[in-house]
Amino acid sequence: MGRYVAKRLLSLIPVLFGVSLIIFFLVRMIPGTALEMYMGTQVEATPEQMEELTRLFGEDKPVFILYTEWLGDIVQGDFGCSLRTGRPVLPDIMARLPLSMELTFFSLFLALVIGVPLGIASSLHQNTFGDFLSRVTGLLGLSLPQFWLAALMVMAFSGFRGWIPMGNYVSLFEDPVRNLKMLFLPSLSIGIGFAAVVMRYTRNSMLEVLQQDYIRTAKAKGLKQRSVIYTHALKNAILPVITVTGFNVGYLLGGAIVVEEVFALPGMGRLSLYAIYQRDYPIIQAIVMIIATIFVVVNLITDIIYALADPRIRLDDTAR
Amino acid sequence: MEKPRILKNGIAVTGLVIILFYIIMIIVSVFWLPFDSSAMDVKHVLESPSFKTGHLFGTDEFGRDVLSRIMKGSSVSLIISISATAFGALIGILMGIWAGFLGGRWDNFIMRIADIMFSFPSLLLAIFIMAVLGENTYNVIIAVGIVYIPQFARISRGAIISLKSNEFVRAARSNGAGDSYILFRHLLPNSMPPIIVQISLSLSVAILLESSLSFLGLGIQPPEPSWGNMLSGARKVMMIAPWTAIYPGLAIVTLVLGFNLLGDGLRDVLDPRLRNVR
Repeated sequence: MGRYVAKRLLSLIPVLFGVSLIIFFLVRMIPGTALEMYMGTQVEATPEQMEELTRLFGEDKPVFILYTEWLGDIVQGDFGCSLRTGRPVLPDIMARLPLSMELTFFSLFLALVIGVPLGIASSLHQNTFGDFLSRVTGLLGLSLPQFWLAALMVMAFSGFRGWIPMGNYVSLFEDPVRNLKMLFLPSLSIGIGFAAVVMRYTRNSMLEVLQQDYIRTAKAKGLKQRSVIYTHALKNAILPVITVTGFNVGYLLGGAIVVEEVFALPGMGRLSLYAIYQRDYPIIQAIVMIIATIFVVVNLITDIIYALADPRIRLDDTAR
Repeated sequence: MEKPRILKNGIAVTGLVIILFYIIMIIVSVFWLPFDSSAMDVKHVLESPSFKTGHLFGTDEFGRDVLSRIMKGSSVSLIISISATAFGALIGILMGIWAGFLGGRWDNFIMRIADIMFSFPSLLLAIFIMAVLGENTYNVIIAVGIVYIPQFARISRGAIISLKSNEFVRAARSNGAGDSYILFRHLLPNSMPPIIVQISLSLSVAILLESSLSFLGLGIQPPEPSWGNMLSGARKVMMIAPWTAIYPGLAIVTLVLGFNLLGDGLRDVLDPRLRNVR
């Protein structure tokens, strides 16, 4: 297992390197240099001042050198300074990242807590109507725009202000209960569609597993149905659910970015939009790099969980 | 004549009917709209839906007819979703068949690029590209299309690789067929089923991506109506005029569901390996 994890970790390096290349050079494609954007149209500078600024912004150097410098700084945790405020961008991002991450994982949690039990329950009643219902529900889940659900929830629950605090955001560490109450509806609007997808996958996978010989053996042995389902069937049936969950973390994260807007939560979505409207590219560059890194790591964790749940993956790996 | 198999699949037919409904709506909207979709009417701001006024879905904060804007917006949504999918599919498939057919170093190189593109959550990638290119309709197509490139590359590569070692390919080769003949006459047509399914599912995701971008103000710019920017406008007034938010959202859900139903049904029909999956 250790070897498997180490190998997967190493494989991240070229991917992240490629990601940094794409981000850096795409941002360079924007017409106008960072200095011009910084100066805007309102400021005039003497030629000497311009020369000084050009050096400060590093625009007298070749682009490849700039890239290596930028990459070197990133590795040391320095993502540069905002073009608007001049402050380092990392603290601003770090102040908002936890909220978006919490939304993503809270919605993932809700999707699994709702989807998996419903999937198991529905797999115990196998019939054509059940098939049809789970299929259409799953497809409907894929079709719901999360920000629209969020808007519907805001409208529907606007009468229950006391029950769901809306006002100023408090972080999980300041007041966990209030924080979770605040994030419940946003997370639900992000995760409920995915819950339907999870339900469909769980049901399909359970139906397939329940037909297998070892389940019949377990039943014939006289094991209780509970034990057959939870210890024997679910262990195998959950594997495709893990895969589909891993694939969809990015979808949930994207949902978080949009839904933050609807609930006016101060997360990464807010910050990215601000940075885009202000043409503050160091912030955009940093956000995209950080989120892509998190996303790649989350995918790796999914693969590791999968390998833990399914020993065959690891065997394959050592045999190679 | 026997009915095509796709028409026996209830799920796919339901999807097709929904899509047809929207296509008819687009054609109608070119020639006739209940009201001018961009005409403001200060006397009828935020009117609730009613038969009497003729505003079946009500009016928005500028007094514009919501139904007319939804009809006008349907062509925007559908055109963007089709163009973006075509853009992503074309580049992705070319990359994929190239990688799958040549194998070796090319395969490695192309698929690493796809891996790197996969490391961005799709909406984030689209937002980033919009930030780089600037907000206009063509850029939405590019931003959404780029998201699809790695998916199509992976699927078409997989299909080509699994077909490449088949008997019929060797037979064609021994008959003196060249690479491009084999690729375009034998391999590509046989790898179409998974690609077609992916196209249908991509069309649905494209509508969601476009509406998310427009909702954030990065996609289609007002006053041009799109379902996403209608919802964005509705945000300020939805508490007093819920219809401004409900109907455009319903339009998105139904059309996206249509493509999803079609894609899922097509998978039953075209992909025999998955025929038992419900």
